[in-house]
Amino acid sequence: MRENKIFKFNVGDEVLVLDHDPPGHIRTPSYLRGKKGIIEFKHGIFRDPEKLALGKPGLPKRALYLVKFKQKDVWDSYNGPENDTIAADIYEHWLKLYN
Amino acid sequence: MPHDHEKTYDEIRLPDEMELLERAIRELLIEKGIFSADDFSRQMQESEKISPADGAKIVARAWVDKNFKINLIQNPKSALASIGYKVGAPEPNLAVVEQTKKIHYIVVCTLCSCYPRSLLGPPPEWYKSLEYRSRVVINPREVLEEFGTKVDNNVEIKVLDSTADLRYFVLPQRPEGTENYNEAELAALVSRDSMVGVTVPQKP
Repeated sequence: MRENKIFKFNVGDEVLVLDHDPPGHIRTPSYLRGKKGIIEFKHGIFRDPEKLALGKPGLPKRALYLVKFKQKDVWDSYNGPENDTIAADIYEHWLKLYN
Repeated sequence: MPHDHEKTYDEIRLPDEMELLERAIRELLIEKGIFSADDFSRQMQESEKISPADGAKIVARAWVDKNFKINLIQNPKSALASIGYKVGAPEPNLAVVEQTKKIHYIVVCTLCSCYPRSLLGPPPEWYKSLEYRSRVVINPREVLEEFGTKVDNNVEIKVLDSTADLRYFVLPQRPEGTENYNEAELAALVSRDSMVGVTVPQKP
């Protein structure tokens, strides 16, 4: 059972960023789409920027997470140490559980 | 690249496509009465009131006052309000991340130029450049070295891409050997770039 209804994911969950490419004002960077990360922090719920950009009220609000990725999982050619990471804020509807 | 921070425009430069677009949209919004030209110039002046000296003051306070530091990280809005800074709505929320011996943060906005304006003022040119935004996520250590910053291989480099509703402010480490410095002397060691994570404050 999830601890609350606002957030579908918990800190520590492994997630996959959806790999699609809809038109419009998207806040999920393309270099992270299709990549595996881990939920690091639950920021809260915010108006949906994809809808706000169209002059709409941005509802329903979306849960926003800080998602952390290993650099080596993002870039095949990453030449720094194993433990270097990159993190970005990603809305829940762009994430699914990794399994 | 990092060394062209203070670009001087001594030649007449024509506005590029994005600048023209911004101007066209702004003029349309003014014509439609969404906001006035006065509102616009007031907002610009307001945003330029804040400068990196404000951020440096906050860092120095965190270095000398442990309770303030803990509060700043856990609840930046209330910590900053206690010393007269307003963050949060209508501006985006602020998150403060602390550099340690184990982790070195660097901030970027790959999608545009999101920046902790409420504490640092407007971002520098290099921060907005396509070059910084695209290279720092792929090769952060090389970009850091261009800024003169060498981070040990056993320290985790963590790039924070501010893609959404949070703005990230880096709390750098206090340089060793500054135990006798007062708050104002400490603030003088804190540069704008160190609060983005691309440099590290040094004892002179």
